[in-house]
Amino acid sequence: MHSTFDQKALTRQLAAAERRNKVKAFLLVLPLLLFVLASFIVPIASLVWQGGYSDTFANALPETSKLLGAWDARSPVSEDLVKSFVTELKASKLKDPAIPTRVATVVNREQSGSVSKFKQVMSASDLASPYKEKLSALSSEWDKPDIWRAMKIVAPSFTPRFYFQAVDLRLTAEGDIKPETDENAIHLLLFGRTLMVAALVTLFCALLGFPIAYLLAHAETKTSNMLLIIVLLPFWTSLLVRTTAWIALLQQNGVVNDFLVAIGLIDNDHRLVMMYNMFATLVAMTHVLLPFMILPMFSVMKTIKANLVRAALSLGATPWTAFWQVYFPQTIPGLGAGCLLVFILAVGYYITPALVGGQSGQLISNIIAFHMQKTLNWSLASAIATLLLIGVLLLYWLYNRLVGIDKMKLA
Amino acid sequence: MKKWNGKLMLLGAVGTLAMSVAAAEAAQLTVISWGGAYTKSQTEAYQKPWMAKTGNTIVSADYNGGLAEVKAQVESKNVTWDVVDVETSEAISGCNDGLFEKIDASKLPKGDNGASPMDDFVPGAITDCAISTIAYANVFGYDSTKFAGDKPTKVADFFDLKKFPGKRGLKKEAKVNLEMALMADGVAAADVYKVLATKEGVDRAFKKLETIKGSIVWWEAGAQPPQLLASGEVTMTTAYNGRLFTPAVTENKPFVIVWDGQQQVFDTWAIPKGSKNKDLALDFIAFSTSTKPLADQARYIPYGPARKSSAPLVGKFQDDKTDMAPHMPTNPANMGNAIVQDVKFWADHYDELNERFVSWIGK
Repeated sequence: MHSTFDQKALTRQLAAAERRNKVKAFLLVLPLLLFVLASFIVPIASLVWQGGYSDTFANALPETSKLLGAWDARSPVSEDLVKSFVTELKASKLKDPAIPTRVATVVNREQSGSVSKFKQVMSASDLASPYKEKLSALSSEWDKPDIWRAMKIVAPSFTPRFYFQAVDLRLTAEGDIKPETDENAIHLLLFGRTLMVAALVTLFCALLGFPIAYLLAHAETKTSNMLLIIVLLPFWTSLLVRTTAWIALLQQNGVVNDFLVAIGLIDNDHRLVMMYNMFATLVAMTHVLLPFMILPMFSVMKTIKANLVRAALSLGATPWTAFWQVYFPQTIPGLGAGCLLVFILAVGYYITPALVGGQSGQLISNIIAFHMQKTLNWSLASAIATLLLIGVLLLYWLYNRLVGIDKMKLA
Repeated sequence: MKKWNGKLMLLGAVGTLAMSVAAAEAAQLTVISWGGAYTKSQTEAYQKPWMAKTGNTIVSADYNGGLAEVKAQVESKNVTWDVVDVETSEAISGCNDGLFEKIDASKLPKGDNGASPMDDFVPGAITDCAISTIAYANVFGYDSTKFAGDKPTKVADFFDLKKFPGKRGLKKEAKVNLEMALMADGVAAADVYKVLATKEGVDRAFKKLETIKGSIVWWEAGAQPPQLLASGEVTMTTAYNGRLFTPAVTENKPFVIVWDGQQQVFDTWAIPKGSKNKDLALDFIAFSTSTKPLADQARYIPYGPARKSSAPLVGKFQDDKTDMAPHMPTNPANMGNAIVQDVKFWADHYDELNERFVSWIGK
């Protein structure tokens, strides 16, 4: 009797203690959880959201949006539609004087010239029934379907048009999808170029980084510490400084060209063009990203036992076989981690290529920055960024299938 | 002793508190501009006299143009900038987007000659949300040591790679470049925007740019063109006129400005919507755009004052030797073939033309 009571109490106490521990453990990770949520999950979610949602037009002109939705985009616009457009646009100004022009900016992205057409409407004081005639008296543009079709495209709040635009497709007023005109199509080309540059930089980093990491891992502690500092040194210098240093080195009157001319290898009139082209992009990016390749490889190579290679050699393997079949497979986790790190960083790079790459340094991140900073079309920027994110995740998934993420070792 | 320490600490705490209250009362204005020689000219001509007059302090910071930061501040309702130096076209599009406070220009001080502000400012200098300080010019310049015989004199020479070999520096933006291409292709200054408003005109501008595409080095910040010229990376480059003037005069660099085909743009003050020091910002703008400060600025940089009443007051450069008048974009001798950037045109066509420009560069 006594013992059962004890047992029950004990179980209860134990459960309570475990619960307490669980709560404690949860509270300990809670700050990190909140941090990840606030700084990572929420921004990405809002990014994906903003790429498909833009309510400037529908918020300002709700009734007009409905009427535009019902319009077939071909027949002449109805008097009702024009009336609701004019009255709602005028009314929106009372809420906030900036709204009409903000709406005009959005329409202008589909139909150039809309900003000044909207201004006409805003400054005309005698707009009354019949609205259609009054508008066409302002400008014959209002008679044409183009500006109304543009409005029909931007009217829905939920829209796939930014995602289409991100892959060089355009949504028409009828809801069809047509390819972007040749002179404006650029995104697919840049997605391809970005992936190619990232792949090449990763390859060069791997080729250059492997021997260095090997040296670091197998040199004496004193030497390897010294070398490690040299590898890490660039990390303590600003990215811009490192990039600008490459400009000083590679430009026509730069250090490298001066040196080659001085030793007579090239003629003064035929200095090498190593700046503002793909060559400069690859050199500068490889240099900047190299430490991210070396460090994970170094930490993995450090743990590889030297006697395994020795054993292979003593059993009759040639040095190459011993390296390739015994040593190299053990470095895969580090190599894989380095490649993944460098590739993902390279995909998002834009300052370095923009500064040293000239025309060919135009990568997809430049376009994202362009729409963020210049056109203020944040929805399009979000859509392109989302596609880039999906692309990277797909590659990550592929990597996981081929190499296995559990085999990766970062440090 | 312990007790004494405690009292001392308390006293210290009270003192700190009192000081922070005092600091909060002395007003502080955050003014954002483009940096370099340009910000220096503003500091000397506007900021220092205003601080001396009002006793308030100004915190200056640099940015690289664009409305992204203003938009982020306004949308997050955490506006830390009080006054921003923006180009007219951005002042207008920012005003359209509701990013800037409206400014009633009629309340600005009269000119020193008594002219009302609306008459005193040159046409186009006043917009709904922004008041212009100066007009600068987009010009092109060359390194005179690079061309032995004939020197470039016309905008068409910029596109003549045979006669004037070497790389060309151009700003990575559609604005300015398209107008320049058309003028080089023989379009009269007065017709540039009429032609550029048509599909054929845009095609024509791109076709002209295409002829030098392989020789272009793109720049983005105003400080780059003089560097590109000085390092010999390019033989000719477009630039803001003041950026070529300063090294040529103060460092004797062999830079020569070609005024043919110059494109004038206003720089303006605007107040981000929701600024916590709006009244103070307005006071600063009214002060700095009055006749004398505008004329004083020309002592430090060759940009033309936006008020007519300032022009007669423009004198010599800060070295007290160089006459500023011949270096001003507004100097009649420099105005032979000049356009003023059409902000209305760019408000309508910015998206369309930039989209095409960006994809043209990328290919």
